[in-house]
Amino acid sequence: MMAGQEKGDLSLVALTKSFATFTAVHPLDLTIPQGSFFALLGPSGCGKTTTLRMIAGLEEPSGGRIHIGDTDITETRAYQRNVNTVFQSYALFPHMSVMDNVMFGLRRRGDKNAKAKAGEILELVQLGQVADKKPTQLSGGMQQRVALARALVNRPDVLLLDEPLGALDLKLRRQMQMELKRIQQEVGLTFIHVTHDQEEAMTMADSIAVMNAGRIEQLGDPATLYEQPRSTFVANFLGQSNLVRAQVNPGGTDRIVTVRVHDTDLEVSREHLPYGVDDVWLGVRPEKLRLGEAGGPNQLRGIVRDVSFSGVATQYAVEMPWGQELIVVQQNDGSARAVLGETVSVSWAAHHGFALDASQDAAAGAELVEDHG
Amino acid sequence: MTWVKKHLIAFAALAVLVYMLVPNVIVAAFSFNDPKGKYNYNFNEFSTEAWTNPCGAQGICESLGLSLQVGVIASLAATVLGTMIAFALGRYRFRGRSATNLLIFMPMATPEVVMGSSLLTLFLMLGVPSGRTAILIAHIMFCVSFVVVAVKARVATLDPKLEEAAADLGANPRQTFLRVTLPLAAPGIAAGGLLAFSLSFDDYIITNFNASPSSITFPMYVWGASARGVPVQVYVIGTVMFLLALVVVMVGQLISSRRNRQVV
Repeated sequence: MMAGQEKGDLSLVALTKSFATFTAVHPLDLTIPQGSFFALLGPSGCGKTTTLRMIAGLEEPSGGRIHIGDTDITETRAYQRNVNTVFQSYALFPHMSVMDNVMFGLRRRGDKNAKAKAGEILELVQLGQVADKKPTQLSGGMQQRVALARALVNRPDVLLLDEPLGALDLKLRRQMQMELKRIQQEVGLTFIHVTHDQEEAMTMADSIAVMNAGRIEQLGDPATLYEQPRSTFVANFLGQSNLVRAQVNPGGTDRIVTVRVHDTDLEVSREHLPYGVDDVWLGVRPEKLRLGEAGGPNQLRGIVRDVSFSGVATQYAVEMPWGQELIVVQQNDGSARAVLGETVSVSWAAHHGFALDASQDAAAGAELVEDHG
Repeated sequence: MTWVKKHLIAFAALAVLVYMLVPNVIVAAFSFNDPKGKYNYNFNEFSTEAWTNPCGAQGICESLGLSLQVGVIASLAATVLGTMIAFALGRYRFRGRSATNLLIFMPMATPEVVMGSSLLTLFLMLGVPSGRTAILIAHIMFCVSFVVVAVKARVATLDPKLEEAAADLGANPRQTFLRVTLPLAAPGIAAGGLLAFSLSFDDYIITNFNASPSSITFPMYVWGASARGVPVQVYVIGTVMFLLALVVVMVGQLISSRRNRQVV
């Protein structure tokens, strides 16, 4: 066991899952601190659900170890682990009442206070009044909360959530996101949330591991992942990114380096630049771009090719002289709007840009973003 | 006339119902007959004689007892075996699975006369004496297929995630089976069991091949009696069987409708 490990931390050591024809999870090392809200984010087939099922004990790893605190649980069966799952399909027992569903786990360990504890947890998820109903009599949102209560009531070391909000409509999903976050803070258990919805992951999680093709692409808190993606996959999968091919100019200061984009020198923070790479993708988020001159050196001119107004913001496509279109999102804050065909300046602050190794595919991850609008 | 046209479907449905139920009504009616002569073919005079003395005809209650005994044992054994086979076929992928699936259908597809005679050959070869044991073995054999079909249909609709959820919540494999799998599969198992009982109780052909003079089942008794004139008691037992079946079906309907009412 690693030194300095908290008592209930979950750690995965070189955890691997291979099937006959492919490897779902490449050796994965990950430590999830006790009491945190952790998200495993990635497109379908990236290995996030397989990882979750290995933690639950529902899938046998091909290699590696799983520890909770000092205990190695790799060899234990699902029913022996103090880990509970909220399934995507809820998997509520249709022949039992809501109350019996929630008491199921407690009864398996012979808890004498099962009824009281179950009643309490049903109050927490605001379902006290439907305790005697059958799950099928409830709406999707209520079923989701029953599934959550059924897992929570056991006070597991780790609570696993497998796309738990996937079946809900947008409004309910937003509501449940807040609810889940509130409950997690209230009960203080470790939550591991598997999702393909980047917005959901960013809203709820303290830290996110972005997974792609069985590997973790990047691990960090939501803001860092968004502001400083370390791969084109993360840049595209978490929100939109404008990626422009650039060459790093030699020299620069401790803080600022210039890169050359089609005869224009642009500034980027040195800390946002990968070390020892000359060919880069210079990335800027659409909402970081401003129409008009900002006075700084980071400025490109182009022609407005598309305008779409969505109420809170306007999205422009601005064609650069070399043919690439940059996406600009302008908040509806009263600033002047550009019109179709107008020649405009696009500018941004140096510290809003990030640079990525140009050997990567600029479109990686972009086509995988599922629209939940 | 338009009223008739409007309710044409209702009339058609009624006609079909009458068509289906007339035989049962005749059986019930003739169970109250006091026949003139030995044939119970013309309604002669109302009498409750047969109802008050259902065992009055010689050998009838012994044969009924044997049929009930064979039916209960055969259907229980077939239900246990068939349920296990259905779970194996529905849940697991293994070598020979599709072959097993096919072979399970064979007893249902084989003509009973063929099955009965070949069973007799087999029993003679193996030295199994004709009679109750031979009948039981034969009944369990052909009932298993029907149970497998009924239970497999139910198993197919069971969400394997429910068993995962049970394990996830700390239920060991035994508890998972008893508390989740079995209750959910119960309607299919019950249907299979009832079907097996009625098939066993009803069987004449296969039974006849493997029976001995001391093991006359109820269908064999009725068949044998028909040459000499069927006693009224047979009609009484027929009516009781029909009423029992009706009660079972109605109770089943009641349970499922109560379940559904909770659902809506």
